[in-house]
Amino acid sequence: MSEIQVPTNGMEVVWEKPKTLTDTRMHYCPGCGHGVVHKVLMEVIADLGIQDKTIGVAPVGCSVISYNYMNIDMQEAAHGRATAVATGIKRVLPDKLVFTYQGDGDLAAIGTAETIHACNRGENFLIIFINNAIYGMTGGQMAPTSLLGMVTSTTPEGRQVETQGFPIKITEMVATLPGTYYITRQSVHNPTAVRYLKKAVEKAFKHQLDKKGTCLIEVVSNCPSGWKMNPVEANKWLEQNMFPMYSPGDIKIEGKLVEKKPTTTPDKKETKL
Amino acid sequence: MSEIRLMKGNEATAEASIRAGCDAYFGYPITPQSEIIEYLSDQGRKRGMIVMQVESEVAAINMIYGAAGAGARAMTTSSSPGISLMQEGISYIACAELPCLLMNVNRGGPGLGTIQPSQGDYFQSVKGGGHGDYHLIVLAPASVQEMADFVYLGFDLADKYRNPVLLLTDGALGQMMEKVIFPDYDPKAHKLPKPWATVGKNSNRPPNVITSLHLHSDEMEKINLRLQEKYRKIEANEVRYELMNTEGADVVMIAYGLTARICQRVIELGMQSGLNVGLMRPITLYPYPYEILAKLSEQVNGFFVVEMNAGQMVEDVRLGVNGKVPVGFYGRMGGVIPTAEEILHSLQLFMKSIAVKEKV
Ligand SMILES: Cc1ncc(C[n+]2csc(CCOP(=O)(O)OP(=O)(O)O)c2C)c(N)n1
Ligand code: SF4
Ligand SMILES: [Mg+2]
Repeated sequence: MSEIQVPTNGMEVVWEKPKTLTDTRMHYCPGCGHGVVHKVLMEVIADLGIQDKTIGVAPVGCSVISYNYMNIDMQEAAHGRATAVATGIKRVLPDKLVFTYQGDGDLAAIGTAETIHACNRGENFLIIFINNAIYGMTGGQMAPTSLLGMVTSTTPEGRQVETQGFPIKITEMVATLPGTYYITRQSVHNPTAVRYLKKAVEKAFKHQLDKKGTCLIEVVSNCPSGWKMNPVEANKWLEQNMFPMYSPGDIKIEGKLVEKKPTTTPDKKETKL
Repeated sequence: MSEIRLMKGNEATAEASIRAGCDAYFGYPITPQSEIIEYLSDQGRKRGMIVMQVESEVAAINMIYGAAGAGARAMTTSSSPGISLMQEGISYIACAELPCLLMNVNRGGPGLGTIQPSQGDYFQSVKGGGHGDYHLIVLAPASVQEMADFVYLGFDLADKYRNPVLLLTDGALGQMMEKVIFPDYDPKAHKLPKPWATVGKNSNRPPNVITSLHLHSDEMEKINLRLQEKYRKIEANEVRYELMNTEGADVVMIAYGLTARICQRVIELGMQSGLNVGLMRPITLYPYPYEILAKLSEQVNGFFVVEMNAGQMVEDVRLGVNGKVPVGFYGRMGGVIPTAEEILHSLQLFMKSIAVKEKV
């Protein structure tokens, strides 16, 4: 990787791209949450000094080539099979750190069985679940997490319960499994939310180092292209429509389900950007 | 130290996998091969292997992808319906060039079919099975001894070529008990370094990436060309077969696995009634022994293929023979094992039809 020399003229460096991110320009659409989550994830890996012992598993979805951006060893899994691939890796390398990075179609439709059984076995890795309520990569079809009434290319009249069933809350489902240790729902729609997400990722890796079991972080994200909105509209829409269904906050902490309202809901003031 | 045991084929495979230094086994029970996961759940775990019964064959093959990609010797086994479920994963493994060992203890299909032995999965095994242009190295054991021996050979070939290897056997070989010798085999002396494996990136190298995705068609074609080059190398170096009584034979039978065993009896019965027949037993079904067929075509009056299917390998025999002499076929389906007597009868009709006189 080539180092870019920027004259600092005595200025203080306030942010540097971590060495865990490559110089490759990301292909994501403007305003897409994927790039932000990549950045947060790689910052944590750099901060914790675990670049040399972390192995990531990329999904099939818009983030399929995330291995071009993450400067760590990675495997690209078949659609939905990331947690099975991660199981194979982690079982033979139990002292390494492993994560999967998966969309809603990957994790909660075609990969439902693998997701549930990896969580049920308490596989000691981190699952990052990007819920943008749509199939971004294939052009905006309905996802299992698409909201009722949501217009997608396969629900032109809006998602109907009678024909397409309900949005699935797979995060709450896996939280009921004793194999899971830390389950939280975060988002990336404003800077505060991003800071919370970073804390959650840090926590999850620490749990993995302590061999606590499966950690899953759902990131309520956006898909400006699939939602046919500009990034600002998309983040507003996310807050108004996604949060009532997928409310942010911790769902399970240290192996125990959180009873009352989430404690890490992003600050109301700051969400109004 | 080598050791002699009396064992079922499935158990011999399982025992050999432990001795071959298999690091991890992922599987899902299915008759007629569940003895493997049962044996490994006891012996394998006791002797340090990671052995997991997982939620499906789909999960199992993708765990193989992960474990093999992380540098482990990994194996899964199943029977026909389970192997069908694995095909997507096998295609990914072939493209990502991950060494691993697979075994299909073939039962009768299509569909849920029967748990009785069959060779109905020949096409699936040697002609692709999953999507895209790829090949598995396919070994066909014909005895309990070979079900053990080919485990070592299979792992070594997989490592050598970075290619998945499939042992194609059947329910009868899996279930039958025979004497088996386990030779001295030191996995440490056989395992090759895997500098491409994802084990955590150190600062001296760029990240290792295991992937089968190459979005640009010129890049994807390059990958394909590289795979094809490897397959040509495998075809040049790894063809294996066995010849029996082919010297001066009028007709040579072609059969693999269990049917080859039965055809040995057909040779004996044939001799008693004055027939001079031989046998060519392919050991590698991919790469297929085409060359010896071309050579034998110059010497014999015909070939007679015996399979436990509707006629699958016979297509490869015709390719090898290339119209030089007639090719006959006898097959039973749906889990029925042909007897030596019925094969002999059909063989005699074939020989009459091509006018090879019995020397009575
Ligand atoms: C077996 C299989 N079926 C279908 C596809 C096509 N496909 C690719 S990505 C995708 C959906 C991805 O959606 P999601 O997981 O939500 O990820 P996003 O793009 O939204 O981040 C589909 C259906 C595939 N690659 N493989
Ligand atoms: S299609 Fe949607 S999910 Fe994919 S990169 Fe664009 S905005 Fe992001
Ligand atoms: Mg999605």
